[in-house]
Amino acid sequence: MTVPLLSTDRLVKRYGGLLATDNVSIDVASGEIHALIGPNGAGKTTLVGQLTGNVAPDSGTIRFAGQDITRLPTHRRVHLGLARSFQITSVLGEFTALENVALAVQAHAGHSFRFLRDVRGDESLRGPARHCLEEVGLDARAGMPASALSHGEQRQLEIAMALAGDPSLLLLDEPMAGMGVEESQRMIAFLRALKGRRAMLLIEHDMDAVFQLADRITVLVYGRAIASGTPAEIRADEAVRRAYLGDDGMVA
Amino acid sequence: MIAALRTPRGLLTALILLVLAVLPLLTQAFDQRYLLSVGTRIVIWSIAAVSLNMILGYGGLVSFGHAVFFGIGGYAVGILSAHGVSSGWIQWPVALAVATLWAALIGALSLRTRGLYFIMITLAFAQLVYYVGGGLEAYGGDDGLNISRSRFSGLIDLRDKPSFYWLCFAALCGTLWFCGRFANSRFGYVIRGAKSNDLRMMALGFPVFRYRLAAFTISGAFGGLAGILLANEGAYVSPAMMSWVKSGDLIVIVVLGGMGTLLGPLFGAIAFFALEESLPPLLDLLRKGWGEYWQIVFGPLLVLIALYARGGIDSLLGRRAP
Repeated sequence: MTVPLLSTDRLVKRYGGLLATDNVSIDVASGEIHALIGPNGAGKTTLVGQLTGNVAPDSGTIRFAGQDITRLPTHRRVHLGLARSFQITSVLGEFTALENVALAVQAHAGHSFRFLRDVRGDESLRGPARHCLEEVGLDARAGMPASALSHGEQRQLEIAMALAGDPSLLLLDEPMAGMGVEESQRMIAFLRALKGRRAMLLIEHDMDAVFQLADRITVLVYGRAIASGTPAEIRADEAVRRAYLGDDGMVA
Repeated sequence: MIAALRTPRGLLTALILLVLAVLPLLTQAFDQRYLLSVGTRIVIWSIAAVSLNMILGYGGLVSFGHAVFFGIGGYAVGILSAHGVSSGWIQWPVALAVATLWAALIGALSLRTRGLYFIMITLAFAQLVYYVGGGLEAYGGDDGLNISRSRFSGLIDLRDKPSFYWLCFAALCGTLWFCGRFANSRFGYVIRGAKSNDLRMMALGFPVFRYRLAAFTISGAFGGLAGILLANEGAYVSPAMMSWVKSGDLIVIVVLGGMGTLLGPLFGAIAFFALEESLPPLLDLLRKGWGEYWQIVFGPLLVLIALYARGGIDSLLGRRAP
């Protein structure tokens, strides 16, 4: 196997007596979708926080694109090609959809210590931003304040913002959260179309989506990765059934 | 331009700027010298309020020590003047540099905190300078220091009230111009984005701290400019100009006028001083002696604005153009 795009090596994070991340070693290869599943409280969010740089691990290392990024601040990781979407929708409500994406483009267009030129007519930002909106199918909503978009549209906007920097890896924290069936299906189709071009680490509760999309699945329980493999392997895994899938009868 | 005049906001703005531009002529024509000094203070406080708005309104950072820049700008001028350096060409750049450096320093320390802690630490730094100012016995201590106004030989005489007023007005126009450009620049969008969600901005790849520090520093520099002008207005500096009450007044002005709007601080300063000047005599008319308690009316007015007009005076003028 070639060197993975992202890999963690025995990552540990403790909160007091609670082992939120217990020696987790996972990797994501270029172009693949690796899904991370686990019941509530399994430590998915803590793990994502360490990958993005919002949470400092107690020990272990994170490597991305051939570089140790364990201690790198968030914005430096982003510039290496690691983008994320948020579990709780985090679009910037006071700006329009287009402005949200234009800001994401701006983040990758050199420094922003530019005080005088009006950004609203800046096609070098708005052009690519419009393109990203088209890609996620939001171009008709470009001029609307992000706060006025529907929940599903805001999730799409999240993805458009993450894509604006042309990342090699997308960290998708529950992209389908709160979506209706139809919207979920559209998002699944969209992510499938992205597959191959960008690697994704998908954190998702929707088992349908996970088994449709993922090349590999890792199951996290109490901070530990109890199993990792192809969807078929995970489905057949006894420990996973016991710990997780069987509980809520969600075996697909 | 012409179309903008048809909106209430455009009309009011044009009217205010017009009146401010010719205020010395008006006060002369109606023989109301005192009003010119009120006008001068409004203009200077507007500059400070616009500068506070850069971080408070656009950046969402509640700095509770902004009046410290009145003091820094003012004392820099005052101390130089006390040592016989009376040239404005030296005083003003030095004062601006000191205010900028001080802003960078407190910004670097206080921006590591959030929310209530940020409020407390900016207040603490301001109080620190306030007490240092009070302890400077050589420069008047708590009583303050009478200074001679900055000299710009041959160019402008700051002792001439109308000339000084116009200088302040020009400074206000410059500050507003910069703030207007700033708000819609790449930099301004980063600051505004970080106000609504700084984690999001970091996840987009922005080193948010650096941008906030720059904004804080710029804001302090303009605050220092207001301090320079304030010292020259009264030919006097004292610790009182940077007391926490003044910092509070500045926040009130920005909130009253409309946070995160270009002209809100100007509206706020005018309303603030108009109320401060007119409420006492009005209440005295109702009953002699009531004027002393004008804040009993002023306070509830602020509460009403906070409750029913979240965007301040600016929001009462209709929706802003996108």
